Amino acid sequence: MHELSVTQHILEIVVRHAQQAHAARITDIHLVIGQLSSFIDESIQFYWDTLSSGTLAEGAHLHFERVPAQVDCNECGQRSTLAESAQGCLACGSLNVRVVAGEEFYVRAIQVQAADEREQEAEA
Amino acid sequence: MSVKVISVLENILQANDQVAAANRARFAAAGVYALNIMSSPGAGKTSLIEQTLRALAPQVRIGMINGDTTAASMDAERGARAGAASVHINTGGNCHLEAHMVRQALDALDLSALDLVIVENVGNLVCPAGWDLGVHARVVVASVTEGDDKPYKYPTMYRGAEVLLLNKIDLLPYLDFNTDYFLQGVRLLNPAVQVFPISCRSGEGIGAWAEWLRARALKHG
Repeated sequence: MHELSVTQHILEIVVRHAQQAHAARITDIHLVIGQLSSFIDESIQFYWDTLSSGTLAEGAHLHFERVPAQVDCNECGQRSTLAESAQGCLACGSLNVRVVAGEEFYVRAIQVQAADEREQEAEA
Repeated sequence: MSVKVISVLENILQANDQVAAANRARFAAAGVYALNIMSSPGAGKTSLIEQTLRALAPQVRIGMINGDTTAASMDAERGARAGAASVHINTGGNCHLEAHMVRQALDALDLSALDLVIVENVGNLVCPAGWDLGVHARVVVASVTEGDDKPYKYPTMYRGAEVLLLNKIDLLPYLDFNTDYFLQGVRLLNPAVQVFPISCRSGEGIGAWAEWLRARALKHG
């Protein structure tokens, strides 16, 4: 359910950036989501289809880039990439670790179609 | 038509984070300490707040912001009966509180007359963990009746907490709850978290939690 409000935030962000670039349409949106953040791709996609309707971003394709969770061990210093979220250091087994990756949640980039220059001249 | 890639690199929760920072500044300016209490439904958030009020009021002046998914305001009324200045937020079905909802609730509280604000989030172990509200400490209430595997299943909630209250410990003799297994999961996710085993029913452990909170609330006030 909380994907509704985050999808609204995504829409605000991408439309603002597209308007700043005077783009005609947004075709692709690249989202980066860490493995440890609790956002579901399908759920964002579901709300996206409804919310983006009638905006510059209508029909834009959402790309989800998942970042694996990584922890650094405070005991032995090794970095581990976690298969599941609740694990300790894979080298020494210590539970004393800190998360260094996997909590990301941001819009990396958008791809837009710029308004054709000749069209702009014709409009002007 | 020419195609262009625009680098955005913008945190999706940035709008919320900005409002949370403004809430934080408001608490700081008023010298108020603030908590965000989160748990699954039925873990005992409201009972905890009643016990906390009983232990700290009126020496500590307490305001309460209570989030629910409907207009059912019995939790806020329980807080008000126990002596807190109380504001109810109806999230309209939303599964968590966001910083702007707390901002609105703060308008209805006289912060200059308070030492402590307790925000009671919507009962939910997933969504509330993702939204910064601008408080000083995030408090997770776990109850032994939920089972000892919850840290492993809801890591984001447990990772983000400053305080963990393990409630309903008076029921431990009747349950197969493995406290060591539970705490191992908690430590794995969050080595620094402060843990208080409590029972809101018997009052056991409430004193230690209340002292921890009293020291912070009066230091800020």
